[in-house]
Amino acid sequence: MNDVIVIGAGPAGVSCAKRLAENGFSVKVFDKRAEIGAPKRCGEGISESSQRLLGKIPDKCIAQKIRGARLYAPDGRYLDAILSEGGFVLERKVFDKWLAEEAVKAGATVQANTFISDLIRDSRGYFVGVKGEFLGNEFEEKAKVIVCATGAESPLRTKALGVFSKVNLVDSCIQYEMANVDVVPDLIHIYLSSVLAPRGYVWVFPKGEHRANVGLGIIPQEKKPKAYMDEFLKLHPEIGKGSILEVNAGCVPVGGMVENMVANGFVLCGEAANHVNPIHGGGIKEAVISGQMAADVITECLKKNDVSKTALSKFNELWWKERGNHLKKVEKLRETLEKLSDSDLNDLVDALKPEDIIDFTRGAKLSVLAKVLMRKPRLVSIARHLL
Amino acid sequence: MAWSINSKLCLRCGGCVSVCPTAALELRDNIVHDMALCTLCGVCAKACPVEAIKVIKQ
Ligand SMILES: Cc1cc2nc3c(=O)[nH]c(=O)nc-3n(C[C@H](O)[C@H](O)[C@H](O)COP(=O)(O)OP(=O)(O)OC[C@H]3O[C@@H](n4cnc5c(N)ncnc54)[C@H](O)[C@@H]3O)c2cc1C
Ligand code: SF4
Ligand code: SF4
Repeated sequence: MNDVIVIGAGPAGVSCAKRLAENGFSVKVFDKRAEIGAPKRCGEGISESSQRLLGKIPDKCIAQKIRGARLYAPDGRYLDAILSEGGFVLERKVFDKWLAEEAVKAGATVQANTFISDLIRDSRGYFVGVKGEFLGNEFEEKAKVIVCATGAESPLRTKALGVFSKVNLVDSCIQYEMANVDVVPDLIHIYLSSVLAPRGYVWVFPKGEHRANVGLGIIPQEKKPKAYMDEFLKLHPEIGKGSILEVNAGCVPVGGMVENMVANGFVLCGEAANHVNPIHGGGIKEAVISGQMAADVITECLKKNDVSKTALSKFNELWWKERGNHLKKVEKLRETLEKLSDSDLNDLVDALKPEDIIDFTRGAKLSVLAKVLMRKPRLVSIARHLL
Repeated sequence: MAWSINSKLCLRCGGCVSVCPTAALELRDNIVHDMALCTLCGVCAKACPVEAIKVIKQ
């Protein structure tokens, strides 16, 4: 019997598995994808500071080094927020495999192409194993703790804990990886507009050699992201002239962090628990934090031979203290920005200082933003939401 | 059938699965739908980035 089974070899699952293996536990990771990391479902942007969690990201995983972000107002004016520490646009197909390899080097076992169809509970209601399928063979495997790191796309989290992503709390996204795109290559480009991308934004994340991930996320509605994307590409011929090398899509949670992420013998982490930054939909870093934190708690529980819900709920406590309360603030910021019209957004981009923007995405200095908004009497009540 | 999917349009992105409140959907090679669990609430169709799902409420 394994100490731990992890479902999902994304950043959350393998970060969790790596740390558990380092702590001396036997851990097996299953992923249904035939190839770990592929197809990608991601804009592939990550901050350089994530390396404090991950260690140095090898060059082979990096498509483009980034200095900062260019934020476009609806009227086309822009603001460059240059970061003291920059970021990367990754090649996730390589990055996810590297992360998985790191977990294997630490002693974990990883198995791709393995679909987990169900969870097994014992008579006490403890989760004690999984049912799966590998190359036509059905199997059952047992463990003391089951970690569900499946990303948002999995009914297992719903079956185990009733968790799903509320439809108004996801951004529905489409993305083309394109060649022959002309943008400043060492900035990520963010286009704000309540008309072009209601609630969300358009992103262009350069990948070197005029290649880029061109994506768009919006609040789910009848008019689909694809239709908005067509309009954006028509308005921006420097991007629209490119060729489509890959089509990606997905729904990314932008809120709805769950109170309880554990049951007897069971932990939910990463995007499966909606652990994503609600302002930009970045989930890689949050997944790693969440996976590592889950591993720390599971380690303590296994040492004490107590994997009850009560013991594992230390994870709820820790995650909410370290990340949840902070991401809640960021969610408030998102709720505020989505109420602004294009003319408000124009004025806002005008009034802000580049360094403010970075702070906002971390949930800090929201009172600065509130002050700017309060200059317009109409926005006073919206601004109060931030305080 | 009141729930249907156009597999030619579907991008296999799993967006619909993440919003289904009843675990009626699953992404294997294609989207698998369990009519026994489905309440025809329609949020999967709303979340889908393309128009792959149609839900007709009766
Ligand atoms: C369009 C789009 C753009 C995005 N852009 C960015 C970005 O630029 N930067 C960023 O940081 N984040 C971005 N995100 C979010 C980010 O991709 C995710 O939040 C992140 O990958 C979550 O990591 P995870 O490990 O929790 O889950 P995932 O990376 O989704 O990994 C989960 C794994 O579990 C596996 N799995 C699921 N169910 C089963 C099963 N039943 N059996 C076996 N295996 C299973 C899956 O195959 C998958 O490999 C974006 C998301 C979308 C949709
Ligand atoms: S209609 Fe509702 S219950 Fe049925 S599959 Fe779609 S989201 Fe799930
Ligand atoms: S959300 Fe739409 S495109 Fe994505 S898997 Fe579901 S049906 Fe297919």
